[in-house]
Amino acid sequence: MDCSSMDAGFSSLRSEAAGAMRTVLVSAENLQLTLKPELSQEEQSLTHTNSSPKDSHKAGNEDLKEMLESSKESLKLEAMKRIVGLIAKGKSASELFPAVVKNVASKNIELKKLVYVYLVRYAEEQQDLALLSISTFQRALKDPNQFIRASALRVLSSIRVPIIVPIMMLAIKEAAADLSPYVRKTSAHAIQKLYSLDPDQKEQLIEVIEKLLKDKSTLVAGSVVMAFEEVCPDRIDLIHKNYRKLCNLLVDVEEWGQVVIISMLTRYARTQFTSPWMEGAEFDENKAFYDSDSEEKKDQTEAKPYVMDPDHRLLLRNTKPLLQSRNTAVVMAVAQLYWHLAPKHEVSIVTKSLVRLLRSHREVQYIVLQNIATMSIQRKGMFEPFIKSFYVRSTDATHIKTLKLEILTNLANEANISTILREFQTYVKSQDKAFAAATIQAIGRCATNISEVTDTCLNGLVLLLSNRDEAVVAESIVVIKKLLQTQPTQHGDIIKHMAKLFDNVTVPMARASILWLMGEYCEKVPKIAPDVLRKMAKTFTAEEDIVKLQTVNLAAKLYLTNSKQTKLLTQYILNLGKYDQNYDIRDRTRFIRQLIVPNEKSGALSKYARRMLLAPKPAPVLESAFKDRDRYQLGTLSHSLNLKATGYQELPDWPAVAPDQSVRNVEIVEPLREWAPIVGKTKQPKSDDKFYSDDEDEKEEEGSDSSGSGSEDSSSSSSSEESGSESEEESSEDSEKTSSDSGKSSSGSEKSSSESESDQKKKKKTKKAQQKKSKPTADSDSDENGNGPVGQASSSSSESSSDSESDSESDSESDSPAPKKKTEVKAKPKVAVNSKKEVSLLDLDDFSPAPTNAPKPSVLSQSLLSDLEGLSLSNISSAVQVTTSSFGPLKTYELLHHMTGKGLSAKYHFPRQPCLYQPSMVAVQVILTNSSDHALEEIHIGDQSPASLNIHCFNTIERLEPGASVTVSMGIDFSDSTQAANFQLCTKEDQFSVSIQPAVGELLMPSTMTEQDFCKEQGKLQGMNETSATITMATANASRQAINKQVLSVANVGEVPSSQNNFSRFGGRTVSSRALVLVSLELSESSGALLTINTEKSVMASMLLRDLKQALAQA
Amino acid sequence: MIHSLFLINHLGDIFLEKHWKSVISRSVCDYFFEAREKAVDPENVPPVLQTPHHYLISIYRGKLFFLSVIQTEVPPLFVIEFLHRVADTFQDYFGECSESVITDNLVIVYELLEEMLDNGFPLATESNVLKEMIRPPNILRSVVNTLTGGSNVGETLPQGQLSNIPWRRAGVKYANNEAYFDVTEEIDAIVDKSGTTVSAEIQGVIEACVKLSGMPDLTMSFMNPRLLDDVSFHPCVRFRRWESERVLSFIPPDGNFTLMTYHISSQNLVAIPVYVKQSINFFEAGSCGRLDITIGPKQTMGKTVEDLKVTIHMPKAVLNANLTATQGNYTYDCTTKMLVWDIGKLNPQKLPNLRGSLSMQTGVPNPEENPSLNIDLKIQQLAISGLKVSRLDMYGEKYKPFKGVKYVTKAGKFQVRT
Repeated sequence: MDCSSMDAGFSSLRSEAAGAMRTVLVSAENLQLTLKPELSQEEQSLTHTNSSPKDSHKAGNEDLKEMLESSKESLKLEAMKRIVGLIAKGKSASELFPAVVKNVASKNIELKKLVYVYLVRYAEEQQDLALLSISTFQRALKDPNQFIRASALRVLSSIRVPIIVPIMMLAIKEAAADLSPYVRKTSAHAIQKLYSLDPDQKEQLIEVIEKLLKDKSTLVAGSVVMAFEEVCPDRIDLIHKNYRKLCNLLVDVEEWGQVVIISMLTRYARTQFTSPWMEGAEFDENKAFYDSDSEEKKDQTEAKPYVMDPDHRLLLRNTKPLLQSRNTAVVMAVAQLYWHLAPKHEVSIVTKSLVRLLRSHREVQYIVLQNIATMSIQRKGMFEPFIKSFYVRSTDATHIKTLKLEILTNLANEANISTILREFQTYVKSQDKAFAAATIQAIGRCATNISEVTDTCLNGLVLLLSNRDEAVVAESIVVIKKLLQTQPTQHGDIIKHMAKLFDNVTVPMARASILWLMGEYCEKVPKIAPDVLRKMAKTFTAEEDIVKLQTVNLAAKLYLTNSKQTKLLTQYILNLGKYDQNYDIRDRTRFIRQLIVPNEKSGALSKYARRMLLAPKPAPVLESAFKDRDRYQLGTLSHSLNLKATGYQELPDWPAVAPDQSVRNVEIVEPLREWAPIVGKTKQPKSDDKFYSDDEDEKEEEGSDSSGSGSEDSSSSSSSEESGSESEEESSEDSEKTSSDSGKSSSGSEKSSSESESDQKKKKKTKKAQQKKSKPTADSDSDENGNGPVGQASSSSSESSSDSESDSESDSESDSPAPKKKTEVKAKPKVAVNSKKEVSLLDLDDFSPAPTNAPKPSVLSQSLLSDLEGLSLSNISSAVQVTTSSFGPLKTYELLHHMTGKGLSAKYHFPRQPCLYQPSMVAVQVILTNSSDHALEEIHIGDQSPASLNIHCFNTIERLEPGASVTVSMGIDFSDSTQAANFQLCTKEDQFSVSIQPAVGELLMPSTMTEQDFCKEQGKLQGMNETSATITMATANASRQAINKQVLSVANVGEVPSSQNNFSRFGGRTVSSRALVLVSLELSESSGALLTINTEKSVMASMLLRDLKQALAQA
Repeated sequence: MIHSLFLINHLGDIFLEKHWKSVISRSVCDYFFEAREKAVDPENVPPVLQTPHHYLISIYRGKLFFLSVIQTEVPPLFVIEFLHRVADTFQDYFGECSESVITDNLVIVYELLEEMLDNGFPLATESNVLKEMIRPPNILRSVVNTLTGGSNVGETLPQGQLSNIPWRRAGVKYANNEAYFDVTEEIDAIVDKSGTTVSAEIQGVIEACVKLSGMPDLTMSFMNPRLLDDVSFHPCVRFRRWESERVLSFIPPDGNFTLMTYHISSQNLVAIPVYVKQSINFFEAGSCGRLDITIGPKQTMGKTVEDLKVTIHMPKAVLNANLTATQGNYTYDCTTKMLVWDIGKLNPQKLPNLRGSLSMQTGVPNPEENPSLNIDLKIQQLAISGLKVSRLDMYGEKYKPFKGVKYVTKAGKFQVRT
């Protein structure tokens, strides 16, 4: 028993008998607690209060006041604890305010905290007194301890006293610029509080929000977006510049912030991107796994291609891992994001995660099932494979059962209806009668939706009519009524059967239903109907209103069809109805009488009575209760309640034309500006334009936005360097971030980024010098740069590696494609300019239909690709390019000799570019030449073997003139084996079997890394994964350049800067499985050298070793 | 977001209220009580309710209602998840989440709630962070505090709050470094009358108790990671690493936590460990019924089935049961109509059997449906899906930790229809 439990015990006991009080104290003493002298005092006061329970409260408070005013900390604390106990119980303690507020400056942190609790609770009631405490908070706002600053701001902003609004405003502004991200986070919270206290401050608060949105701390992101949503959700323009940052930070934001950010970004995306849902275009569900690739493909085929904005893709990609969150709210938020934003064929990835949530708490199940119910109406296919997860258990709560039933009904189709009906049979027998009734309705819905089973269902329902439980029978009748209406065929038997049941059925709705059926189909049961009416006439007065109405109805209909037998009965019933208590029934009776009984007043209307009453009626549609819930955004409170909640924001519809995309580009900050002109020199006059055009083109470059995010990231890292004040925190955060979310390689390379961040400036200076030196020859230029800009390249590329790692499988994941793609992208504007002269670089809308990355018009794509090569030679921004350039003339291989090819000859080479089509493919360029004397038509690729081979074919070349040649690019997924890819090259007349056998070195792609990383990774790949051999080097290969040249000619790897002279290191990854391949060469005294290859792919290693050995041995 | 919180016991008394914005009168709960009344069973209260000016979102945990008052649109799961997190925190702090424990620790509870939400938005929900700010109660500390005037409240901002790994506190030190992992799998199944499996799923969870000094970086790999097609992780797990290599790589929180949960839904992978032969009949004449249940092992992978228990929720008409069990003993609660047969260890040589007669209320029609059987069981040293941890490696620290993995299979929602 500790002291807090003691005091809690006291407060709860106050109302109880004094005897009980004593026992507690005795037991406390038995526990040998060192009780302070004040206990006796307390005891006195408590026993005193017990003796006069009426004003016990007051007396108790007097006592508390005394304790608060005493000089002992422990007494004060004790008093505060009891006061908090009072607050928690909802009892008033406001008269203690003056005594409490004095302690606001206490040194004891717990006492202080409790005083804060009290202040926040009562300041609104005692505004004047509350002002006494303000100066203490103002002082605390300047405290060196960030925790104290933050909590002072929290309390200050929580005191709802209008007078202090200016002070709060000032405090918020100051805190928003605080060095501690925790304080900044608190200020984001304070914004909302101030806004609710005084909405007039909106404009000023928006400024603070704008500032905080730029914050790069993950701690702040969630809170500021929350403030944004509360204060100015319509100021979408504030988000633009921060959009990519938010997307990239998302994984690291705390879970609650994730929910808020995701829902805000959903809304944002709906206003900024065009709809990915193609009108009329149905996708193959099984196409989904191509992911980004499929988009390219359909672009080729469809008339008006839809190209997803790379930012749109970025959002989808970065939210996907969150489906694995343990927080159900996050999973739901991602699910709704995909539902509202993703192309239709991608939505189904959320299914599994949603089904997983069904195992969570009852309340979670409830919400998730509601959302699944809405989803399952539109997209049956999504949940159909999981149908068994929706089977009802007898232990489920009623509302869970009904929702599951709803979903099962939505999912029913021809294929699974028999299983579902079998389940339903079990449910009908449930002891939970409300649930059984709901099941019957569900059966009815299945029967109307699936015509194959209508009869089965109907028969089943008729069987239920003999059920012992009345509720079941009644529900069956109601459902049968609806079913019969949809199938007005020969169901006379069923109607007769129901008529027989009529006497036993007491549930009004069921009785009314039978009566209606009798009336509607009275011609089918001409003998029974009048008899039923006769019975009704007897009991009319005792019936429920709804039954009475239907009786009147039946009477009228029978009067019209069979007036001979029923005239008197009808008149009797109409008379009864005329004097009924219920005005509805009186009205109805009067109306019917005028309508059917011909008299002088009724006039023309009675002629039409038959047509009015016995008109064929449209069958009711049995719809899901969730039918129109999709008007609300999924996962919202409004969706759950099916009504618009306060503060609900409609999800906007997609814009027809996407707004300017360049608004999301982030200005390039200092360090990059220096880098830009170097690249810019190649083609573009202005570096600024370059950057914009970069991003514009990106959207064609499906999924290759790593350049955008990369540059953004590097800008962010560099700006953190600028704002030196917080750089320490930031960088430590950075490295933690990667270590927490990135894989093996990047965890190391991140280190280099933070290093390079710090000495970036230094390097830049040296680089400039190098640049000057390296001008003269292209060769030395590239070599210089092999060492020079690596630091910088690795800073940007390793930054982006954490992004590219977040890519979906099909996207590029390793470091190297990022910079390379950048060069491709850069190449594009030029191509575009060539092909379409009037395209201005900044005009986005015009630009989008321009060349897509898939080589649609093949001529364009050749020139594009050849341009890319040209560029990559001159364009030196990373180690990757070094490899391409130093390699010099490409090795070209013969694919088809013109003799065997009847005039068609083909050659191929490996351009060593990352493949555009799929990252796991190796890019191959094929040069087709027509050396015959007639034009060749329809050159394309035919059968492939092995069948599993994944080849991205070039588009059919319609016509190749004699003597002309064309370069086309293909992508082949060799799956990291040197097995040849066999396929047929076809023309209109002929087919030629050809094969491409890749050298092992072509199955790699360069990987940038630092020496430390290299050694670290090498350390992990020891033993079985290491292959080494001593080789003899040709004397010509003694220099480092020569070694580089030879190695790079054999293998597409990247050089790793080495600090030791006798060591050369190269890093690469296999294209298909991204396994690391590390090559190191240690030169010994003589011409010998130790060549070591570390990789998991031991077969590749030995082959590579052989090739390298050969290459290095020859001059 | 969350405006106020009320804690309500099963009798309908509000015993704690906390407001994060202006005070809302507790009369708002009347709407809830109305719904509570209508639902009869507390389990059936709809979690989301609407009142003229507010929205009420509630959860039911440990016979307590956590009722939150909302004023504007907010994702309901956000609130529900948070409320469960509050309940979890109480559990973590006080060992249980009940009315008596909460009223006993009212001040700590209040301080916790104050830290967990700021202006209705979650601030710190990580148990490690909270424990640094507000120390959990224990006898020794309270004695020391009364003597020295110390407090339960931390004075500095916990490191975790600022770092990107908020789940781990800095400067952890242990004399014995150990890491234990419990792989628990629960079988959810519906077996129909004829003994065929209607649906079966495995819900797996890996609970960890990690007491390692410093900043250890752990890697756990599985023999057969392909089994796991749907998983959710503690935030500490590096998702990329899982995607690419199917290993769990993480810097663990200190103490107990749930590392991952997984879900195996494909039915052919799910082994059903026991079969049940049952016949329950209610006779029209003589107002009595007959019950005969036998349980035998089916796919137990050579392990012993323990803690076997059968629970039957009898129809209202059943007054009493007069049964004989060959093994274990049974109880029948006349008020809740629960028949519980506690069997214990399943002996394959001598199958446990429960048979006898049920006395029924006269004059009431016989129940339509036979009650379904809920089975509880436990199999030690076995993960029924076949999942196996192949190794656990630690990087970043020098010492050699003691490692252990324990497997257990339980019946989750295992239901046999009759």
